[in-house]
Amino acid sequence: MLSIKNLQARIEEKEILKGINLDIKPGEVHAIMGPNGSGKSTLASVLAGRSDYEVTGGSVEFLGKDLLELSPEDRAREGVFLAFQYPIEIPGVSTTNFVKTAVNEIRKYRGEEPMDAVQFLKKMKEKMKLVEIDQSLLSRSLNEGFSGGEKKRNEIFQMAMLEPKFAILDETDSGLDIDALRIVAEGVNKLKSKDNATLVITHYQRLLDYIVPDYVHILYKGRIVKTGGKELALELEEKGYDFIKEEVGEEIESPL
Amino acid sequence: MSEMLNTLEQTALSEYKYGWVTDIEADEAPPGLNEDIVRFISAKKNEPEWMLEWRLKAYRHWLKMTEPEWANVKYPKIDYQSIKYYSAPKQKVTLNSLDEIDPELRATFEKLGISLDEQKRLSNVAVDAVIDSVSIATTFKKELAELGIIFCSMSEAVQEHPELIKKWLGSVVPMTDNYFSALNSAVFSDGSFCYIPKGVKSPMELSTYFRINAENTGQFERTLIVAEEGSYVSYLEGCTAPMRDENQLHAAVVEIVALDNAEVKYSTVQNWYPGDKDGKGGIYNFVTKRGICAGVNSKISWTQVETGSAVTWKYPSVILKGDNSQGEFYSVAVTNNHQQADTGTKMMHIGKNTRSRIVSKGISAGFSQNSYRGLVQVGKNATNARNFSQCDSLLLGDKCGAHTFPYIEVKNSTAQVEHEATTSKIGEDQIFYCNQRGLDTETAVALIINGFAKEVMNQLPMEFAVEAQKLLAISLEGSVG
Repeated sequence: MLSIKNLQARIEEKEILKGINLDIKPGEVHAIMGPNGSGKSTLASVLAGRSDYEVTGGSVEFLGKDLLELSPEDRAREGVFLAFQYPIEIPGVSTTNFVKTAVNEIRKYRGEEPMDAVQFLKKMKEKMKLVEIDQSLLSRSLNEGFSGGEKKRNEIFQMAMLEPKFAILDETDSGLDIDALRIVAEGVNKLKSKDNATLVITHYQRLLDYIVPDYVHILYKGRIVKTGGKELALELEEKGYDFIKEEVGEEIESPL
Repeated sequence: MSEMLNTLEQTALSEYKYGWVTDIEADEAPPGLNEDIVRFISAKKNEPEWMLEWRLKAYRHWLKMTEPEWANVKYPKIDYQSIKYYSAPKQKVTLNSLDEIDPELRATFEKLGISLDEQKRLSNVAVDAVIDSVSIATTFKKELAELGIIFCSMSEAVQEHPELIKKWLGSVVPMTDNYFSALNSAVFSDGSFCYIPKGVKSPMELSTYFRINAENTGQFERTLIVAEEGSYVSYLEGCTAPMRDENQLHAAVVEIVALDNAEVKYSTVQNWYPGDKDGKGGIYNFVTKRGICAGVNSKISWTQVETGSAVTWKYPSVILKGDNSQGEFYSVAVTNNHQQADTGTKMMHIGKNTRSRIVSKGISAGFSQNSYRGLVQVGKNATNARNFSQCDSLLLGDKCGAHTFPYIEVKNSTAQVEHEATTSKIGEDQIFYCNQRGLDTETAVALIINGFAKEVMNQLPMEFAVEAQKLLAISLEGSVG
């Protein structure tokens, strides 16, 4: 589904991704872990097409298409979804209106008729249950005055509504208490199917107790330095990021 | 500025949708302004002597006045002698019914989406269509007349209802009020008159649609709305003009009178031609709009969506004379390219327990300048007057300007006056977030600005709201995110 080959990217003059290789197949859940500044969020941004980053080498193929050639909106319309680490506020635009616009823009791209109000509301009701989100929250301005947990749940709600083929969760666990974390993770698990794939970016192992990955990759200084199964996350939790240093044989800054 | 936004900046602006010219034979005055022209206009309209005298008095006063320069706008001096002050589409005979309208004219309004055919009418909206200097048609007259509501062109009102016109014309905006109102009083050619009798609530929206067509012609329409005791009316105004290289002058006067317990809601969607992307052409829109809450518990509410004109100078105001009266001003002003807008309101609290609310949303893009100018005045007898003002500015790009000039004058210590102001920019983060959900940048900008303007848009009658939302998006197409 997604094939990243030797991906390199920088922001301004700073090289951040120094050759990422990653293959993701339908139905798989991959986790990327790594210390701060290792390039986790950069990878998410580059895949989603944020223009601040310049891709300096490598390739990304998504469902047979050259992802890097597509505009950010076309990537979204092709089925790439990014759950933001810091969801953005849009005053005066309700979540409902925002999601409806998004759903219909994506349908238009695929040559489908816009969803009518009845269909939309029905689907919305169904997905709201999934992330235990309240109707009143969806009538409010997008993310404005939402708590950290509400923002993250709203991200997963949008993901549920847009039904992406490939979702990236960028530190979705940050700022969540244990209950919110459980709700968000359960939402993600319910959305999992044999046809879609998920890339979970996280700093801590705790999210992976709920969203169980098929593969764990450790990102360090812009490269994936170690790949394993879910037990790698536990090992990392136990030994801390310092053990990577020994494996890679380099100096590593403190993770926090 | 990121690459994405630079590309956007280069995106060509969408064409002004209403920029065509209709080839209609016109009956015109020669360019220039003098007493003879004033007499010519009056004669063309078959006006009684008192009306002519009124005009001449205004003209003589205007001659002694100078053009105001305090607004935060720049434009070359207007040559008042090069403008034509009267232009009327030629029609052979007086019309007996709407069916007799010149098909070209009918087509013009069809193109604007205004059907003069009552069979295909806008649902529940009566329309007075004004092209250049004269009113072409007024729909639903008969239905309204049954309720005692008078809705007709100003010319007709002068003929048919002289007692009302004599009583109210110039009672809110005196002919000597300002340079442009004096000019308008001298040469106004048409406009709408609306009279709601005691206790009547108008069952439909009344609407005037203004269209400038002829070249080098000024448009000086005059609107007068009188709401008698306990009556209610919602009034809509729309305007467009062809694309021309020269600037054209539009200097209208709108007066509203609300007597005891009456309520008038006045909504404008102003979309005069704004000029091209280099600032060439466009309408100079110098308008005086004022209402008086003359009676107790009366209410006047102005809502405006301003997207057009090269230069706008406009301050819809309310004189709160009656005790417990209320004034409201809701405004969205969008400027793009080289447009300049200096707009706002005046709330003059005279009566006791008077309340006013001002919500102004300015959106600036391109090289435009957008100013809010507002005056809240509380007189010494206006016990317990209250005002709340909110002025928000949204900037798109870094070459435009947003300015706020709030003036507050309070002469009564019981007054409560609040003013809030914010300035923000559409962030790249907001655009990217929208992009990531499948919205292209144009759609994202439209969504964000409509969100920003929502509080004002919500005040518009349904018939206008959808159109106004689209207009906001179109006006900003191709501007920076």
